[in-house]
Amino acid sequence: MPRSAINWLGSALVLASLGLLVLGIAVGSTGLESLWRLPHDAVARQIVWEIRLPRSLGAWLAGALLGLAGAVSQGLFRNPLADPYLLGSASGAALGSAVALVFAGAAPAGVLWLARLGMTGMAFAGAAAAVFLALMLAQGAQQGLRLLLAGVVVGVVLGAVRDALELRYPDILQPMKAFGLGSTAFVGWPACALMLGTWLLCAGAAWGLARALDGLALGEATAASLGLPLGPMRLGLIAVLALATGTAVAQTGLLAFVGLAAPHLVRSLVQAPHRISVLLASGMGAVLLLAADILARALLAPQELPVGVLTALLGGSYLLLLMYRRRSRDWSS
Amino acid sequence: MSKAAAHALRAASVGVQMRQRWILEGVDVAIPPAAWTAIVGPNGAGKSTLLRALAGLQPLARGHVELLGQPLAQWSRRARARQLAWLGQGEAAPTDLRSYDVVMLGRLPHQGWLAAPSAADHAAVAQALHATHAWAWRERPLAQLSGGERQRVLLARALATQAPVLLMDEPLANLDPPHQGDWMATVRQHIAQGATVVSVLHELGIALQADRLIVMQAGRVLHQGATADAATRAALEAVFDHRIRVRQVEGKWMAFLE
Repeated sequence: MPRSAINWLGSALVLASLGLLVLGIAVGSTGLESLWRLPHDAVARQIVWEIRLPRSLGAWLAGALLGLAGAVSQGLFRNPLADPYLLGSASGAALGSAVALVFAGAAPAGVLWLARLGMTGMAFAGAAAAVFLALMLAQGAQQGLRLLLAGVVVGVVLGAVRDALELRYPDILQPMKAFGLGSTAFVGWPACALMLGTWLLCAGAAWGLARALDGLALGEATAASLGLPLGPMRLGLIAVLALATGTAVAQTGLLAFVGLAAPHLVRSLVQAPHRISVLLASGMGAVLLLAADILARALLAPQELPVGVLTALLGGSYLLLLMYRRRSRDWSS
Repeated sequence: MSKAAAHALRAASVGVQMRQRWILEGVDVAIPPAAWTAIVGPNGAGKSTLLRALAGLQPLARGHVELLGQPLAQWSRRARARQLAWLGQGEAAPTDLRSYDVVMLGRLPHQGWLAAPSAADHAAVAQALHATHAWAWRERPLAQLSGGERQRVLLARALATQAPVLLMDEPLANLDPPHQGDWMATVRQHIAQGATVVSVLHELGIALQADRLIVMQAGRVLHQGATADAATRAALEAVFDHRIRVRQVEGKWMAFLE
């Protein structure tokens, strides 16, 4: 029964991804028309090939990275509320990106390879620094509530530093605003390639280190007694978390709640060891963000809603529902 | 497995310090193989800390611990995990892992890094789940089980490791009397197969059925010896300020409140 449920969910996620990708190519300010005229219209071809396809693929990949980061952090910190945002790592990544923008003085539309890579690197460094800062403040990951509070504090402080940077360097104000709202509109092929590479790396590493997550579910001492090298494995998982968050944030800005909701949805559907559930959460995040992106493009067409606004609305409602349902169950552990 | 070792576990002048306070001080303990040793004493005596020290899970300020005649530090992580299984107290988060997968974690020390479970692994898991009468809910997530059911799954997890030395901290928590009896039967069976069991126990009635007792008080070992010895039982009465009495009823030693 569980095996078949896992297969069922896996297939459903693959099918949904393919279906949504096709839909993503069809939806945009010029509507379906561009698709019909594809064979003999250079402009239509450009719209589909240079704009719709990469941004749809980009939304899928960013969602996959965030879902993965969420599943890894929830397992690692043994906390169902851990998420790249609540841990402050997304704020760290955003600050890193802002610093990169100050140095480069370029708008996010400037998709030069090197600039992309530099921004991603800075976002990664910022995300990793934020996680370590939160861990230091909370004196370890054992106490769930303390860790969350530390994450919120780190997020607020780093956000304030980012605001100060924006005031000091008004040039970056506009790109950072778009960044803060979260949007896939600037994702081109280079960003897609970068996210795909990172995703392969992170998903592989998470798959390999998933046993540590399973072991940690039984408690620190038990995991250690099973002969797991917890120290290095934990560092590796934090690196995965920071790299996945940093890469996604550098390309698409701040997209809240995807990393929180995806693992929850997977867990409510199937019970599986982390080796499997981490990958399913990644697929779930991808489907969620791509669906939200298409919705954001279609709702006010030909205008466009920043997808970050939509994920925050949908994710926030989901979190409320979760709190309501969990009221009777153990919250803090 | 080094059968030659005279002791399954030995702690030599072990000291543990926490926040400038000595939790354990000058503890020497020798645990013979193929026997069940129970660690007893009042609250805060350092029983769990001693057990953690024996398992190598507690950083020591002084002294050292030997497992099967070899210092713990000299064992490789995995080899040690195959020799020594640990069942902690109230550690497990309410995880969504299925009971079967939880018990399979006990097989980690036997598996290659990314290898799938072997037939032997599945057999060990099935055997352990049957031994603790937890087979029926192998498909259910740990988080959905009652306290007692969860404890039996976690015990199966420790058994599935098939380690010759088994350390358990308060293994009877949440178990009703029939399952406490089952637990003792499992321990006896384990001992008969040559295994060594060390458990921290609050239930003195159960602890008195052990082969040996380690009686602790205020971070020190007051006495260690066979339960059959009158001196051991006297130490037990003394450590609880003579507010309990140990008497024999129907051939079994029991503890009574004064």
